[in-house]
Amino acid sequence: MTFAKEESGGAAEEDSHDPYVPSQRRIERERHKRSRARRATAIAALSTLVTGVVLYLVVVNAPGWPRTKETFFNAQYAREAFPKVLEGLWLNVRLLLVCGAAVLALGMLIAVARTLRGPVFFPLRALAAAYTDFFRGLPLIINLMIVVLGVPALRLQGITVDPVLLGGTALTLTYSAYVAEVFRAGIESVHPSQRAAARSLGLNNRQALRYVVLPQAVRRQVPPLLNDLVSLQKDTGLVSIGGAVDAVRAADIIVGRSLNYTPYIVAGLVFVALTIPMTRFTDWVTARMDRRRAQGGTI
Amino acid sequence: MSGTTDGETGRAAMEPAAPVPRPVLRMEAVRKSFGGSVVLRDVDLEVAPHTVTALIGASGSGKSTLLRCANLLEEIDDGAIWLDDEEITDPRADQDAVRRRIGVVFQAYNLFPHMTVLENITLAPRRVHGTGRAEAEARARELLDRLGLGAKADEYPDRLSGGQQQRAAIVRALAVRPRLLLLDEVTAALDPELVGEVLAVVRDLKEDGMTMVLATHEMGFARDVADQVCFLDGGVVLERGTAEEIFGEPREERTRRFLRRIVEAGRL
Repeated sequence: MTFAKEESGGAAEEDSHDPYVPSQRRIERERHKRSRARRATAIAALSTLVTGVVLYLVVVNAPGWPRTKETFFNAQYAREAFPKVLEGLWLNVRLLLVCGAAVLALGMLIAVARTLRGPVFFPLRALAAAYTDFFRGLPLIINLMIVVLGVPALRLQGITVDPVLLGGTALTLTYSAYVAEVFRAGIESVHPSQRAAARSLGLNNRQALRYVVLPQAVRRQVPPLLNDLVSLQKDTGLVSIGGAVDAVRAADIIVGRSLNYTPYIVAGLVFVALTIPMTRFTDWVTARMDRRRAQGGTI
Repeated sequence: MSGTTDGETGRAAMEPAAPVPRPVLRMEAVRKSFGGSVVLRDVDLEVAPHTVTALIGASGSGKSTLLRCANLLEEIDDGAIWLDDEEITDPRADQDAVRRRIGVVFQAYNLFPHMTVLENITLAPRRVHGTGRAEAEARARELLDRLGLGAKADEYPDRLSGGQQQRAAIVRALAVRPRLLLLDEVTAALDPELVGEVLAVVRDLKEDGMTMVLATHEMGFARDVADQVCFLDGGVVLERGTAEEIFGEPREERTRRFLRRIVEAGRL
């Protein structure tokens, strides 16, 4: 066995036959690393504890704390508000899902329109540019008021007056302009040589975009896209200016009645809780993509 | 200049004491694996001051990994590496301080595309070694002139040819006056007619007494310039010796076979 291995030697050698035994040096080095890791964990834990205690003491000893606690952290109002806020949140979630999908699709369309080459496409390019210029500049709240309050005022036949539908439309208009710019930056960040390689294989412009450029662009755009989606998620609450009851509006109603601000805190925490899994999920997806094409190395 | 102090004082303090010059780089029983595959096993290496060591061997034999380990770009699994008698693989060693004393030139140049050639070269002297701008630029221009790139100082790397980019990368590595220069297949990405200009630079550096370890497929060049040649095969230094020994009368059958393939490919 050993003889055969030496005969074959080198790369052909199977690692299962490797007679390798870790040296004393390695064992010592790993012991050192472990003890350093333990120390780092201990320091992190201690520092976290100290920071927490200091923050707690500062807040609790503030002169206005008892009053603030009563107004913002009242358990009874929190219990009362929670189911109502959740009910309202369902509207936010539905708006997020529908508008999010619409925003991604429309944004991608606009971005692609802006990167089209050739004089034939000039009107399309100009239109897409004008669209992003206008809707990125227009404050969302004004956009919402125009669409949610202005469109019903026209009393057009067959056009909805539902504030949720209209509000969702306004959100989509504004956010697709943001997202279009994110996509466009991504498309332009892919090195021209990639497009050249794709075109040289005979792929046409659309195929090169679809199979080579966009997959690379989207990968880089995941974090900024997520940023816009989280922002959209919070802004879905603004449809309440048309009378729809979302999580924030639900909290608002209770606050108006009770003059206690706890429901706002509840609504705020619910939004945060909704965002965190989304962020972790995209982190996980991008990390997995990175691992697949990892280059190795410790730096 | 701060870049020199480490290496120079270290050498000045050591050399008179030892009859044989202490090696600049020493590796002992180095082992490195990625996942399940062992890339380097039991590698020993000694690089004397002012000598050139050439690593030859087929693709995947571990040449690049060996260089990356020497610069601590890869963490070795076992064994130890010394730079001027300091064990750099000791977990307590300051890795940045070690890398400050080692220059590296990569196969793909790795110049920073958002900086001009001059900015590429003066980055480390100015930000890491605290050299003043005027001094760093003067030295950079002097080196660029010497390597025939004087006119390209203010160009961006993408405007340069491959050979010019690689020479600029060599200048960048030299600008901090490293104790040791590692060259990883520095001509592999170049057109044949540009290979010569880069190899000429390496020859000049040898004349200047720079200590170098280079992984290369240019056998003629290795035979020419190397004081020590190591043939790697399957992550093991199968054979080592002077250039005449390895290329003239290799002892190992695998070395002979490798060199025969090279000759058949017309590369020697």
